[in-house]
Amino acid sequence: MNVKNLMTEDLLKKNNMVIDLKNLTIKKAHDSLVTGEYTSVELATAYLEQIKKSDKDIHAYLSVFNDVIPQAKKADEIIKSGKAGMLTGIPIAVKDNILIKDKIATSASKILENYVATYDATVIEKLKKEGVVFLGKTNMDEFAMGGSTENSAYGPTKNPHDLERVPGGSSGGSAASVAGNMALVALGSDTGGSIRQPASFCGIVGLKPTYGAVSRYGVMAMGSSLDQIGPFGKTVEDAEILFNVIKGQDRMDSTTIPDKKDEKLSINKLKIGVPRDFLKIGGIDKDIIQNFEDSLSKLKKLGHEIVDIELPNLKYSLAVYYVIVPAEVSSNMARYDGMRYGKRVSGATGIEDYFLSRQAGLGREVKRRIILGTYVLSSGYYDAYYNKANIVREIIKEDYKKAFKKVDIIATPTTPGIAFKIGEKIDDPLQMYLEDIFTVPINLAGVPAISIPSGTKKIDGKDLPIGIQFIADYSREDKLFFVGKNFLGEL
Amino acid sequence: MLEIKDIEKLAKLARIELTREEMQRLLKEVDPILDYVTQLKEIVSKIGEEKKAGELRNVVRNDENQNETGANTKNIVAGMPNSQDNYLKVEKIL
Repeated sequence: MNVKNLMTEDLLKKNNMVIDLKNLTIKKAHDSLVTGEYTSVELATAYLEQIKKSDKDIHAYLSVFNDVIPQAKKADEIIKSGKAGMLTGIPIAVKDNILIKDKIATSASKILENYVATYDATVIEKLKKEGVVFLGKTNMDEFAMGGSTENSAYGPTKNPHDLERVPGGSSGGSAASVAGNMALVALGSDTGGSIRQPASFCGIVGLKPTYGAVSRYGVMAMGSSLDQIGPFGKTVEDAEILFNVIKGQDRMDSTTIPDKKDEKLSINKLKIGVPRDFLKIGGIDKDIIQNFEDSLSKLKKLGHEIVDIELPNLKYSLAVYYVIVPAEVSSNMARYDGMRYGKRVSGATGIEDYFLSRQAGLGREVKRRIILGTYVLSSGYYDAYYNKANIVREIIKEDYKKAFKKVDIIATPTTPGIAFKIGEKIDDPLQMYLEDIFTVPINLAGVPAISIPSGTKKIDGKDLPIGIQFIADYSREDKLFFVGKNFLGEL
Repeated sequence: MLEIKDIEKLAKLARIELTREEMQRLLKEVDPILDYVTQLKEIVSKIGEEKKAGELRNVVRNDENQNETGANTKNIVAGMPNSQDNYLKVEKIL
C-alpha cells in the first residue's frame, strides 16, 4: 500500500467523526472551512467516501473526477489567503448535460460516450471563479428527455429513500446525489419539471429560475424555448446561494435577461393563490392532496393569505408541451450525427454514416421525440400542431399574468404522486408525460418555481417524500425564497 | 392514424435507421400522443386565431471573431471520430 492511500484513509477516519454530511449546509460548511474546523480536502474526502459507500446502489454519478483533491487543495489555499467566498471549497455535483472543460459530458447518451468538453459552460466558469470543488457528473434521462432517469443509456438511478423507486428525472442523478449526501449541492436543468419533480421525489429543494435568468451557454439544448439551469440543495438558502452565483446576463446566450435590481422584499405576509379547478384533474394521489391542504393550513398559520384563483387554460399545457418539445428536440438533436464528435458508425457513404450513427447512438425516448417532432413540423402539419401549440401557449402565459396581478405566489403540489417504482411507467409514454402536469405550465410561461419538501407518505415501511411547488411572477425568485424559507422554518 | 410507411418516411427525414420492430413500436406509441395533442385544434377554434405567438426581440453583437484563431483547434480535433492533419475526415457523400 502506498503512502498516499494511507493518508487518505487517515483523513477519512477523522472525517467520519467530524463532519455530519446529512445536516450540512453551505453556510455551516463555509463557517467550518474559514474557522479551520476542517479543510476543503477533508470535506471533499468525506463526500468521496460517501460516494464510494452509497453510489454502487444509487448510481447518481456517471463519472466521479480524479482531480477532486487537487481542486480542494486549491480551495484550501484561497481559504488560507483569506479570500474565500461563500462557495469556496464547497463540493458540488453537475448534471451531465452541462459542459466542464476537459471532462467527459455524455448527457447519458451512447452517441456522446467519449465526448470530452472543449469549453466551460458559463455557469461552470462562474462556479470555478468561486473556487467550488466539482465532484463529478450526474446521471440523467438521455439528453434530459424523461421524468425518471430510466432513459439513461448507462442504467437508471435509484431513489435514496427506496432503492426500488425512481429518483424522478430528468435530473435524477443530481437530486439523488444531494439526497444521498453524496454532494452538498448540485446543478440540474429543467425543461418541464426536470429539477422540481426529482427534488420532490427525493425530499430536497429544487429551483427552476425565470427563463433567461441563468445562461445556458455550454448546456446541451433540449427544448430551447423552455430549458433553464437551476440549483438543488437540502435547504432553500443553499438553493438561493447557488442561484445568486450562477444567474446573470451573458453575451454567449442571447436569451438571458438583465439582472433585476435587488429590490428588498418589503412585505412579509404574502397572498398565495390556489388554482382549485386545476387540482381537480384526475389521477392525483389523495395523500398528495391531503398533504397539500395541510401545507396550506400551515402557510395560513404563518400569516399568509390563501385565496382561490383561476388558471382556466392550464389544463391544455401538456398538449402544448408535447408538440413544442418534440419539435424543438427534433431540431436540436440534428447536430448529433456522428460526424464532428461522439460516436460514429461507418457505413458505405457519408449519408449512411448519419443513419447508422444515430441508430446506434440514440435511445428509445430520444428517437420517439425526434420522429414525433419531425411529424409535427413537416409540411402540411406544421400549422395544425406547432402553430396551434404556440397560440395556446400564449393564453397560458396570460393566465399567469392575470393571476400575478392579484397574488404574490401560486401554490400547487409539485407532482400528482410520490416516486413510482422503476419500470412502472416506462412502457407507457403518455402516462409518463402526465406526471408533469403541475410542472410543465411553468416552463411554458417562463416564470420561476421552486419545489420544497412538505412531508412524506409511508409505504412498505418507507417514508417517501412529497413536495409543494411555489410559483412566482417573472424574476421574483426572491418571493420564492422567502415563502420557502418561511415554510421550512429557515427564517 | 399514422401508418408504417409514414414512420418510415419520418425516419428517413430524421436520418435515423430503424428496424421493422422499432417502427412498429413507434407507431404504437406515437399515435396516442398525436391523438392527445389533437385537442389543440378545438381549443384554438374556441379562442380564435387572432393570438400571435411569442414576443420577438433582436439580440445583436458586433460581427467579429469570438475566439482567437486556433485557440480550440487541438481539443476539437482530438474529439473528432476521424481526422487527418487538423481536418475532419468523412466518407464521400455520393
